[in-house]
Formats: sequence, C-alpha cells, structure tokens
Amino acid sequence: MSANQAHAHAADSIAEHDHHGPPPGLLRWVFTTNHKDIGTLYLWFALIMFFVGGALALGIRAELFKPGLQLLDPHLFNQFTTMHALIMIFGAVMPAFVGFANWLVPMMIGAPDMALPRMNNWSFWILPFAFTLLLATFFMPGGAPAGGWTMYPPLVLQGGSNVAFLIFAVHMMGISSIMGAINVIVTILNMRAPGMTLLRMPLFVWSWLITAFLLIAAMPVLAGAVTMLLTDKFFGTSFFNAAGGGDPVMFQHIFWFFGHPEVYIMILPAFGIISQIIPTFSRKPLFGYESMVYATASIAFISFIVWAHHMFTVGMPLTGELFFMYTTMLIAVPTGVKVFNWMATMWRGSMTFETPMLWAIAFVVLFTIGGFSGLMLAITPVDFQYHDTYFVVAHFHYVLVTGAVFAIIAGAYYWLPKWTGHNYDETLGKWHFWLSTISVNVLFFPQHFLGLAGMPRRIPDYALQFADWNMVSSVGAFVFGFSQLLFVYIVVQTIRGGKKATDQVWEGAEGLEWTLASPAPYHTFEQPPSIKEDSAHPGTPLPAH
Amino acid sequence: MSATHPGYYIPHDTRWPIMGSIGLFALLGGFAMLLNGSSSAPVVMIIGTLILVVMIIGWFGTVIKESESGFYNDQVDISFRHGMIWFIFSEVLFFAAFFGALFYARIYSVPWLGGEGSVGATTGPLLWPGFEGIWPTNGPAEIGGAFGTIPAVGIPLLNTIILITSGATVTLAHWALKKNQRKPLCWWLLATVLLGLVFLYFQGVEFAHAYNDLNLTLESGIYGSTFFMLTGFHGLHVTIGAIMLLVMLLRAMRGHFTPERHFAFEAAAWYWHFVDVVWIGLFIFVYWF
Ligand SMILES: [Cu+2]
Repeated sequence: MSANQAHAHAADSIAEHDHHGPPPGLLRWVFTTNHKDIGTLYLWFALIMFFVGGALALGIRAELFKPGLQLLDPHLFNQFTTMHALIMIFGAVMPAFVGFANWLVPMMIGAPDMALPRMNNWSFWILPFAFTLLLATFFMPGGAPAGGWTMYPPLVLQGGSNVAFLIFAVHMMGISSIMGAINVIVTILNMRAPGMTLLRMPLFVWSWLITAFLLIAAMPVLAGAVTMLLTDKFFGTSFFNAAGGGDPVMFQHIFWFFGHPEVYIMILPAFGIISQIIPTFSRKPLFGYESMVYATASIAFISFIVWAHHMFTVGMPLTGELFFMYTTMLIAVPTGVKVFNWMATMWRGSMTFETPMLWAIAFVVLFTIGGFSGLMLAITPVDFQYHDTYFVVAHFHYVLVTGAVFAIIAGAYYWLPKWTGHNYDETLGKWHFWLSTISVNVLFFPQHFLGLAGMPRRIPDYALQFADWNMVSSVGAFVFGFSQLLFVYIVVQTIRGGKKATDQVWEGAEGLEWTLASPAPYHTFEQPPSIKEDSAHPGTPLPAH
Repeated sequence: MSATHPGYYIPHDTRWPIMGSIGLFALLGGFAMLLNGSSSAPVVMIIGTLILVVMIIGWFGTVIKESESGFYNDQVDISFRHGMIWFIFSEVLFFAAFFGALFYARIYSVPWLGGEGSVGATTGPLLWPGFEGIWPTNGPAEIGGAFGTIPAVGIPLLNTIILITSGATVTLAHWALKKNQRKPLCWWLLATVLLGLVFLYFQGVEFAHAYNDLNLTLESGIYGSTFFMLTGFHGLHVTIGAIMLLVMLLRAMRGHFTPERHFAFEAAAWYWHFVDVVWIGLFIFVYWF
C-alpha cells in the first residue's frame, strides 16, 4: 500500500469509524492505535508471562521441596532463577502496569486516546519480539542466562550463546519502556480535558506521571550498562575488567542506579491503584490527597540516591556505606505517609469488602511487612548478615508479589466490569483472594526464617536444618500458583457473560471513567468534557454540567 | 489542503510499528547470531536493516504528509514537542551511563588499583603490586600494549569550534525560517549539515591516527574503552543529527514549514544542540583533563 493510500485510508477512518467499534479480524490487534486495544494487549501479554515466569518459579520450589538434587541440575536451576526474575519484572509486572495506564489514563483525564497512538502500538509490539529473543536462549547451547537477573560480570559474560541475545532482548525491552513512558508523560501533560488541573488528577494518574519520569531516567542507564557488557565480551573493552583498569563493581553501581528506581517503577503504579480502590469501598475521599502526591514525588527523587544499598558487602568506603544507609531509611518517611493516608481513608468509612477491596487491604498489610524487612536490610551492619540470603528473597517477594502483583489483581477486579461490561463472580473472586492470600504467606513468610538462619539464595540444594521451612514454602508456592488459574477462569467468564454492570459499577466510585458506559465505548471523550471539582472530594474530578 | 482537522488527530490503523518490530528483531537477532559465529547472520542483519529503513521512511513520510495536509492542530504539535524533549532526555541519560563509567574509573577504581585510600590499601598492593593508578591507563596488565593519547589542542579543539559554529548556523537558519526568508534558511541549513560532515571526517581522521600511529584502540584498557565508546556513540549521534538536518533541508527546499509551524525543524535543531552539548562534555573530560 502506498503512503498515499494509507493516508487516504487514515482520513477515511476518521469519517467512518469515529462512532463505531473496532474493525473486524485478528489483524485489528496488530495494527491498532486504540488505547483500549493496546491496554488489553499489554494485560494479556503480562498474564501469559505471569504463567511462564510462574512455571519457572514452581520448578524452583519443586527442586527446593527437600534437600538434595531432585529435578533440576544446578545449571538449569540457575537458568530458572535468572529467567524467572527477568520474565516477571520485564514481561509481567511492568507490562501489566502499562496496560492499566493505557486503559485508564485517557479515560481518567478526559482524553480521546494516548497522545502518540502509533508509537503506542510500537511500544507494545516490540515486547513479544524481545521475549522471543530472550526465551529462545533456553534452546541454545549453554542454555538460558544463568548468572542472575542482575547480570553481574564477570559471571554473566561466561554464559555461552545467550549473552548477546540477553543483552539485545534487554535493549528491546528498554526501547519499549521508554517509548511507553514518553507516551504516558505526554498524554498526562498535554491531553487533560479543560479544567483537569494537575491537582485534580486521580492519584493513579499522578503515580504514573512520576513512574514515567523514572522510566525515562532509568532505562537508558540500563541500556548503557548492558552495552558495556556487550563490548567487554565481544569487542575487547575493559569496563569491568580490573586487569585493564576497569572494575566489576562499577557495573553494580551503574546497574543499581537503574535498579533501585526500577523497584519504584514497579510499585508506584501499585500505590496509584490502591489509592483509587480504598476510597471507593470506604465511601470517603482519599485522606491527604496532596500529601500523597508529594510523598510519591519524594520517593521518586530519593530512589536515585540509594542504589548502593544493594552493594553494602561488595566493598565501599565507609562514608558510602553510611550515606546509602541513611538515604535508604529516609524512604520510609514518604512511604509511611502513604500507608498512614490509606489507613486514615478507611477510618470511620462505611466500608464494604468486595473482592478489589480485600486485595487492596491485603496489599496495605503485606506490602508494609515487605517495607519493614526492607528497613532491616537498609541497616548496613546487619545487612552483612542478611545479604544474599533468603531473607532478601522474602523481602522483595513481599514487595513485588503481595505488593505489585496484588495491586494488579485488585485493579483487574476493580475495573473488569468497566472493561467488559459484566460483573465478575463475587463468590469466586473471594475464593481466589483467600486462597492466594493464605498461600502466599505460607510461601514467603517462612523464607524470612530461612534467611535469618543463614540459607543463601540462588542455590539448588541446602543443609538439612533448612528442610522443614523449605517444604512449607514449596507447598504454599504450589497452592498459590494453581490458585491463579481460578483468576484466569474468572476473567474469561466475565468477558463472556455475566450480570450487566452499571455505569458507576461501585456505589462509592468517583472519577471520569465511572461516568462512561460499561463496557467503555471503543472511542471515548472525542469531545473533551469540562471538569469541575467536587470541593469535598479532592482528586475525584466530576464532569461539569 | 488547508483545512485543519477539528480536534486531536488520531490515526486509526498503522502498519509501520509491526514492521519496525520485525526489522529490529531481525537486526538485533542477526547481530546476536553474528556474535555467536553464525554464517547466515549478515543476511539476517541486512534484511532487518532494510526493513527498518523502509519503516522509518514510510512512517515519517506518513507523518509529513499528514502534517502538510493540516491534520495536526496545535495540541498535536505540543505532543510532538513534549515527546522530542523526553526522547532527548533519555539520550542524555544514556550518555550519562558512559560518563559515569569514565568518572568512576578516574576517581575511584584506577586510584584504588594503585593502592590509594582505605579500599585500595588492602587490595591494590596485594593484587597488583607496583601498579601506579595514574590516568591515562590501560590497567595493571597493560591490556592492548603501550599507547599514546590525543592532545586536546589539535583536531579535538578544531572539532569543538566546528560543532559550536554549526550550532550557530542552525540557529541562523531558524531565525531565517521565522522571518520566512527561504533562501537563507536553506543556505544556513546546508552549512550546518556540511559542518557536521566535516566534523565526522575529522573524527574519522583522528580515529585512524589513533589506531595506526598511537596504538590507541578500543582494546586499550579502560582508557581506550571509555574514549572510543564515548566519542563513538557521540559520532553516531552526529550522524543521526546530520541526517535529520539533511531531511529538513530537503523539506525546506520543497517549501515545507511555515514561520509559525515547523516542529520537525525545531526538533532536529534541539537534537543538534544536544549533540553539541555532549561534545563539550567530551572535550572537557575526555580530551582536556
Ligand atoms: Cu534498592
């Protein structure tokens, strides 16, 4: 098709399709520029990757069910731990949040679509190709990357055929993330409906604005770091080679300058989702809206000056150890503000406990446990004991599973009626919640004990004294993993039918997206609504009539 | 066509992104195959590159057509501006990683290897007795052998003057465009592109001199690594910027742009200034000190 025809077609589309649904056929999903289509693609991709990464996790937990080597040889075990992390971070959690951003940001700020719709399509469609490169390494000589997702040299460079594929896959994920983040930031800054001032935006939008900034600042640094790995391995540079005047520790500094903000990239959107859900089911406006915004911004700023808390044991001048210890502990202040505000929002609210609210409350409790173990890890002298033990594994799984993933699931239940037009099955949703919440604690809580007792992470075998809690943890893992099949069943069931959802869906829900029909029409807000604010409900804009 | 599209223009389907993904996949996958010694890799890479080139020309061509047909209102223009600014911001951070490596090596790791400070006192003399951590260095194992460095006064200074001049000429072109003086616009743009090419030529001469006469290569330890990666990536960005400005020149000659609306020109100019600023950082920290 010549550019001319494509152009004419685009012009036709404006006239013909504005008030209709999507074009028919499967190619719709490949060529689409619609933010709702692309949001759906991101969410399905993330869900599939959750199961791929989850299968690897179950492989790990099966091996660790009892001492000795049973199922996986140690090299394959290392491949599983490495790929589990890469897939869950870059393939599951991050794309899931971008999916939420695509679906919700335009509807929440009264925009007709994302600001740069073609680039939006590209941001998504790079991902399946990037993960093809990454997953293909399983079938290469030497297998998949096995040096840990942090890719520390020199170990990662000894990886056989997978090194170059790993690096280019990371490059592609980075390109996708940066383009996605640029789109989010431009949409929020330039596409708000008249009257939607920055301090009237829903907190989910605020949290994504700040997340997008973190992404644009952090991902290029990762790209630089892996580029240095590539040239060290294949082109004779000495960035991380002490014999040539470089330093392997330098990689860790550059990597964690990306890596710590990355942690907040995976949790700030979760804060945003929780800040939408708790007010709805407490039937009260969010407590301390502005302090939430400032807390989020403070967390983002501090996240760039704490990176070496991942490196307390690698060798640093004492001033460095102290600096990174204090800055890290400082993060507890704005995070504490957030937890306090969520509690204060619930205080004396007329609360009900539908499935999204259950997940949100579990998030607040369990994420806070992960936050506290993070504070423990921040204390340099004791980190020398905890470092690279299962205590660290327990910590970041509380933050990422009962934090980020719980928020993703909470958000999915919360907006599913808006997306599909049907109410999900509340009884099954509650079953899913209780099965997951109990099993996830059986899975991860004992790992604190294992770590404190000295069990190192990333090993396929362990001393006999660790046997009992490992067995408990593995049982929890399998229950948790298989419980998620229930989630897929519920989602598919809701898409295919069910009780018709009302426009507002939830009695206490406020915000622009709840003024739209359920399911949300293919095109929304082609004419921007004008916004006033209900002065009693900051952060919950209403269309002006 | 002069009718401005009412409201925010949203294209309704697009083939370019999926093409871009396939091209990128073939190019990078092919490169990885090449690094693993596959003989069919060059073919895969060439196919990927061709697909990417067609995609870039097609995608930008579509956007230019839409722009010239008046599809884009002021709000779309602002989206493009914000998008370009954040893209440049991401590029700044990409360079920051390599500058960070340079500073870390010069301030910490090289002196430590030479036995300086509390960290170095325990490791330097044990691992590399006799090594003096003085910049420039290719490390205690003298990887790549003895090498010479390029003095700041010479080609680097000349190239600094050339790039700063090109920053001025592109600004003169912008002023001409805003006054709707088409001829000076084209001449100043042409001057900018030529200055960019002269810069690249001198950079090539310098690299050849380094490799042939000074034994300064990418493999010359940490000095060669930081030197060539920083100047090399910068040169790549000069090349991209020059291509962007060349496209702007061709568009200006075809009568594109108006004194009020010329986002693409400004984006290319911003990019050029960004490349300029990075060079000044390079000149100071790589060549001078
Ligand atoms: Cu951290």
